[in-house]
Amino acid sequence: MNEVKPAPHLESRDEVTILFAGDSGDGMQLTGTQFTETTAIFGNDINTFPNYPAEIRAPAGTLAGVSGFQVHFGSKSIYTPGDQCDVLVVMNVAALKANLKNLKNGGMIIASSDGFDAKNLDLANAKTNPLDDGSLAQYQVHVVDVVRLTKLALEGSGLSSKDMERSKNMFVLGMLYWLYSRPMDATIRGLQEKFKKKPDIAEANIKVLKAGFNYCDSTEVFGTRYSVQPAKMPPGTYRHVMGNQATAYALIAASQKSGLPLFLGSYPITPASDILHELAKHKNFGVRTFQAEDEIGAICAAIGAAYGGHLAATTTSGPGMDLKAEAMGLALTLELPLVIIDVQRGGPSTGLPTKTEQSDLMLALYGRHGEAPLPVVAAYSPEDCFYATYEAARIALQFMTPVICLTDGYIANGTEPWKFPTSAELPELTVKFAAPRDKDDAKFLPYKRDDLLSRPWAIPGTKGLEHRVGGIEKQHETGNISYDAENHEFMTKLRAEKVANVAKTIPLQSIDSGREKGKLLVLGWGSTYGSIKTAVRELISEGYDISHAHLRYINPMPSNLGEIIYNFDQVVVPELNNGQLVRLIREKFLVPAIPYNKIQGMPFAVSELKNKFTEILNAKMSTKEAK
Amino acid sequence: MAAYSPMAAKKAVAQAETPLAKANGDLNVLSPKDFASDQEVRWCPGCGDYSILKQVQTVMPELGIPRENIVFVSGIGCSSRFPYYMDTFGIHSIHGRATAIASGLKMARPELSVWVVTGDGDSLSIGTNHFVQLLRRNLDVQVLLFNNEIYGLTKGQFSPTSREGIVTKSSPYGTIDHPMNPLALALGAEGAFIARTLDRDVKHLRDILKRAHQFKGTSLVEIYQNCVIFNDGAFFPFTEKETKSENDLFLEHGKPLVFANGKKGIKLYGLRPIVVDLDGQVSLDDLWIHDERDRTKASILTRFFDMPGSEHYMPRPFGVFYAEERFRYEDAMLDQLNAAKQKGAGDLDALLRGKETWTIA
Ligand code: SF4
Repeated sequence: MNEVKPAPHLESRDEVTILFAGDSGDGMQLTGTQFTETTAIFGNDINTFPNYPAEIRAPAGTLAGVSGFQVHFGSKSIYTPGDQCDVLVVMNVAALKANLKNLKNGGMIIASSDGFDAKNLDLANAKTNPLDDGSLAQYQVHVVDVVRLTKLALEGSGLSSKDMERSKNMFVLGMLYWLYSRPMDATIRGLQEKFKKKPDIAEANIKVLKAGFNYCDSTEVFGTRYSVQPAKMPPGTYRHVMGNQATAYALIAASQKSGLPLFLGSYPITPASDILHELAKHKNFGVRTFQAEDEIGAICAAIGAAYGGHLAATTTSGPGMDLKAEAMGLALTLELPLVIIDVQRGGPSTGLPTKTEQSDLMLALYGRHGEAPLPVVAAYSPEDCFYATYEAARIALQFMTPVICLTDGYIANGTEPWKFPTSAELPELTVKFAAPRDKDDAKFLPYKRDDLLSRPWAIPGTKGLEHRVGGIEKQHETGNISYDAENHEFMTKLRAEKVANVAKTIPLQSIDSGREKGKLLVLGWGSTYGSIKTAVRELISEGYDISHAHLRYINPMPSNLGEIIYNFDQVVVPELNNGQLVRLIREKFLVPAIPYNKIQGMPFAVSELKNKFTEILNAKMSTKEAK
Repeated sequence: MAAYSPMAAKKAVAQAETPLAKANGDLNVLSPKDFASDQEVRWCPGCGDYSILKQVQTVMPELGIPRENIVFVSGIGCSSRFPYYMDTFGIHSIHGRATAIASGLKMARPELSVWVVTGDGDSLSIGTNHFVQLLRRNLDVQVLLFNNEIYGLTKGQFSPTSREGIVTKSSPYGTIDHPMNPLALALGAEGAFIARTLDRDVKHLRDILKRAHQFKGTSLVEIYQNCVIFNDGAFFPFTEKETKSENDLFLEHGKPLVFANGKKGIKLYGLRPIVVDLDGQVSLDDLWIHDERDRTKASILTRFFDMPGSEHYMPRPFGVFYAEERFRYEDAMLDQLNAAKQKGAGDLDALLRGKETWTIA
């Protein structure tokens, strides 16, 4: 007789955070990105954060080898990957040990039993098995024999046992799809695309994905299913985008809009290499990617290409920025356009290559010998990597200068939905090369400037423009070598004024959340945007007098920034470094800006920010009351 | 994406994306003077650089390239002032990086005639990495390496090519660095065109410059250049009347290796070169016949590197050691771009849209 299975209980949630964790070989990144894709298409707002181990092949089963992918999605606006997770998926003991602290009290653990055998316990230095020693009593623990179930699903497929086991992540993904009531078709399409050349592997993965889903449907492993309704996002067509991908797209877009071929000189470095990888694919846009012998060769080749009239870029991370410093100075004094992307990571030296930090701000501003100012912009979210990079290209072309665009590991690898623009919506980029000249024309002056002090771009191959440029100080207008004392001072100031003039072409600073005037202004820059925005919005709804402004333009700063700052009793500057922007603000505006710093290779948790902000607000209140 | 095929690229001719200014009637009236800029030349009186500058300016009109299509790129050092004196396009860059800058320029604008002017400090010390990488990539760039075996601009420290034991400001007890052999290095770096000439042999210098220009690929020309101030006479054994015929071996493709005014020749026993007297006993046909396409022999020739009087002494070769055309980096790069474009030029809107989208009404 057929037993009638009761329909699972369905609960609705506003937001959910899931952390997938396992060995780097367990396919957690793929699982996470597939869940992200599906969830984005489903219409939730979403933000993700992959957390890679530093070693590519750290020993399996050890804490050093744990790779994680956190997904935060909801029916409301989502700006961060979430502080703590509701669900922790762990493929082995090490993954559980490394991430348990990130699980909410009472949260759910889904554990693959295979990863909790004696060997794995040993590798993770666990004396007892956490699944049965009572240490997880405050959580809802679901132990699933993922490997055995995966193999059962693939019985008769002809695949080796090892190949079968590789699909186990899809079983887990299927389970999560059931748990959060998601459709599977986008992942099925994705797998077919990914394994186009190995249809049997694609087939196996799809089979296991469905098996995971059906397993939940037919057993009562979870008593409750959840629904997370689509978010109310502004109408439009969306895709999801990763920060480094957005950076690459912006360079292509700037090349297309300016009509200049794109040249990228780059050297492999974590976490910037994905920009090189992405651009190397798009040769049909005429993109020349040059993997150079080192960081210096990369930027120097880009300088050569810029001299030749290309839209030139170089992409790197902190250590590469150090190496490129001298060449940046050359590009600056030659006055050639160049986009320099620094995907910041933990430093100094090799530091924390796979972890995020905002510690290159001072380097970007001051990291060159001599008086060598450059425009600096910063991206504040994965999708904003597109707009920040595009803007860097715009400034470089308009002002004939290198421009540094700062992103960081967190937003470079993070993803979010992107209401992508059409090409027609992008600002025009018009470039005019210096025109050819005849013998009888006046002598060409390569450093004669326009109203904004930008010089002409005189590319080889143009008749009558033969001229020399170089790193030695040059005479005003002619560009000839000049050691004249007064000329040097004049030129130094002129170059600085040119960079300052960028401020005339950028939008005024606006307040992102909160009122224009009040008690506390939170002034952020870069990747802290999502956490600050969430924290400030929550505090505003709790009745606090707090506002948030986020800086895109670090150098020069928007001309009204001072006014904004002076409209608040206090200003706090949260940064993932030991206090860099805060010094600039103090120096420039003579206000006792309060630093708030975290240097742990990880983004701010919303709760940390809220605690700090309320502490400042409450302290101010009590001093006032005392008076 | 189609895999890149060297064979296809070898056949490919660099297609200029930016139209090359057409050689026109004006060219015929260009003279060496037209290549001299209005800047005062500021090398020390008697410096070997003057001769090289003059020969380059002399050769330029013969090459038939419009001035605006020529770019000289240099690094740092005495020789690197060179671009300022040429009325072409020019970049005086930073120490050691001229080869890297020239590489990027040539990739971006393959139709330009790109010349690198560098020195032994610039290319064999601080910039060695970019130097060897350019050689192996084989972009069509002429590299003029002014070797004076000393740092001139910084006032006389030993350089990577300085001979062992030389006393300089930074080696008051004599240098203990073993000198670098630039041409052996270049050949080891897969250089496709390798030649040596001298500042004082102006005709040879001009001939080699022309050969270097004709060669489709990176051509390295090492030029022995006398620094009168800090290393005067370093190359006198090879440049002075009394000694040069004994010490100089001029290489010509297809011709036997003969020196000392035809009195001596070089024979190969296996891989071992032997100097023989040409006193009628040995026929010219038995001598080593120079073959610019023979890498092994070129390699042996680069090893003719000991100074006169030393144990393994062989005469110093000048001329083209090795010249073998192979595909150029810029051709391969353009090949890939064109192949990709043939499958459909990029569509920015399609790129921004991506594969999976969703719409919120
Ligand atoms: S120091 Fe030597 S190499 Fe430099 S310019 Fe004077 S003579 Fe020439």
